[in-house]
Amino acid sequence: MLEVESLTTCYGAIAAIRKVGLTVRAGEVVCLIGPNGAGKTTLLSSIAGLLSPTGGKIWLNGDDVTDWAPDRMLRSGLALVPEHRRIFADLTVHENLMVGGVTKASTRRAGLRDQVIELFPALGSKLGTSAGYLSGGEAQQLAIGRAMMAEPEILLMDEPTLGLAPLLADVVFNLIGTLRDTGLTLLVVEQNAQRILEVADRGYVMRSGEIVLDGLAPDLLARQDLFDAYLGRSTDLV
Amino acid sequence: MTELLQQVVDGLGRGGIYALIALGIAVIFGVMHLVNFAHGELITVSAYAAYGLFAAGWDWWLVAPAVVVIAGVTSVVIEFVAFRWVRGAPDFTMLMTSFGVHFLVQAGFVMYVSANFRQFPRPGWIFETWKVGGVSLEVYDLLVILFTLLTLGATYWVLQNTMFGTSLRAAAEDFDAARLMGIRSDRIIRGAFALSGLLAGVAAVFWLMRSGQAGPTAGLSPMLKGVLAALIGGLGSLTGAVLGGVVLGLAEVLLISHLPAGLVGLTDGIVFLLIALLFVFRPQGLITVRRAERV
Repeated sequence: MLEVESLTTCYGAIAAIRKVGLTVRAGEVVCLIGPNGAGKTTLLSSIAGLLSPTGGKIWLNGDDVTDWAPDRMLRSGLALVPEHRRIFADLTVHENLMVGGVTKASTRRAGLRDQVIELFPALGSKLGTSAGYLSGGEAQQLAIGRAMMAEPEILLMDEPTLGLAPLLADVVFNLIGTLRDTGLTLLVVEQNAQRILEVADRGYVMRSGEIVLDGLAPDLLARQDLFDAYLGRSTDLV
Repeated sequence: MTELLQQVVDGLGRGGIYALIALGIAVIFGVMHLVNFAHGELITVSAYAAYGLFAAGWDWWLVAPAVVVIAGVTSVVIEFVAFRWVRGAPDFTMLMTSFGVHFLVQAGFVMYVSANFRQFPRPGWIFETWKVGGVSLEVYDLLVILFTLLTLGATYWVLQNTMFGTSLRAAAEDFDAARLMGIRSDRIIRGAFALSGLLAGVAAVFWLMRSGQAGPTAGLSPMLKGVLAALIGGLGSLTGAVLGGVVLGLAEVLLISHLPAGLVGLTDGIVFLLIALLFVFRPQGLITVRRAERV
């Protein structure tokens, strides 16, 4: 479904990711883990079209989508929930969801919104509230729900539990499980390696702009040396 | 008291024009992070268009809507010709581009039309006054206030009730996040320039009704007032831009009315001093704007 081949993205003269390759098959939950500065966000931004890669290819459902603009990627079925959520704080929850469905026919948006609210009931009673007033957990649900309005085939999530209290992080991990059960394909960047490997099918480990390891999630989870060498001794990455 | 009421009406009339210009500047700043110093050229072009249309025998009733449309189209053309190529460039590059457009348009009119101002007729009836409870109200001021309110109301309605408006507000808050939602940057920027141009067009109609002349620098003063109003309100805030325009208009009129005759010439200087003081206490302007950093 999604194939990244030897992708390199630079900030000026500095390569943030170098010759990165990964594959995400339909229906899979794949996680991308690694320490801060490993290039995980750069990789997701490059795939979603926010950054222009300087080398390599990105394939989506067999099409070469390298360098496509974000709106074109979205119309092709790939959505990104960005780091720090980036919900529109001055817009209401309803408006945020409508913007998420901007690629859909106006007659379908209300129906899609209702589906999202079914998935995230906490948003239902806050449709008229400015998104800036939501709690961290609600804001994360809105960020995911907003992306779901586009009915993506594959959802990229960048640090969905960043800045959330442990209890709220649990809510997000449960959400990821729920989304997986709906058949959605997911590529998730997450700091909490232990927790994301528990819900993922496969994982990639990034360090210093490169993929250094990949494998089935249970296998990666069982490798204590992985946590020692790349992720720090604590399962909650620093 | 009567005198003060009259001054407030005068100030609101003046401030209404500033508000329309500032709102256009704020819309562009929101989506492009650009303080568009070429915004005044829309008024310059409008002024020459009005001059040309009067020369062709048109009347104000036809010239006014034509000017609004011409300003809107000119704004989109300027975006297509100049700003499209520097999208995503550092803010400084876009700022320099706006100065470039400003000077090129001016030079174009000097070289191919004339460096001198050209006069066209002003509608005499706008200077008539109505007496309401001892207050002398100039038709012009009432007209400006009415049309400013109508234009702001229509703009507010578009921004709040249409998908374009919601997308524009989303893009103004976080342009990259808006792109991730599928909002096409081309369309939203073009739409923002069209809206900004139409607002400048309405402002131009009233500015030109008062000035009755077209010249290469016709847009300079309104542009500066608009930028100041946008800064006072809090750059990027649409509500702030309107508020800034009204505050600036009122401040000018009240100063002109209350300064000793020998100091009236210093009005602009004193206004700048007051704005500097405002920024000492509120560097963000009257309204604080939450905004994600552009990438």
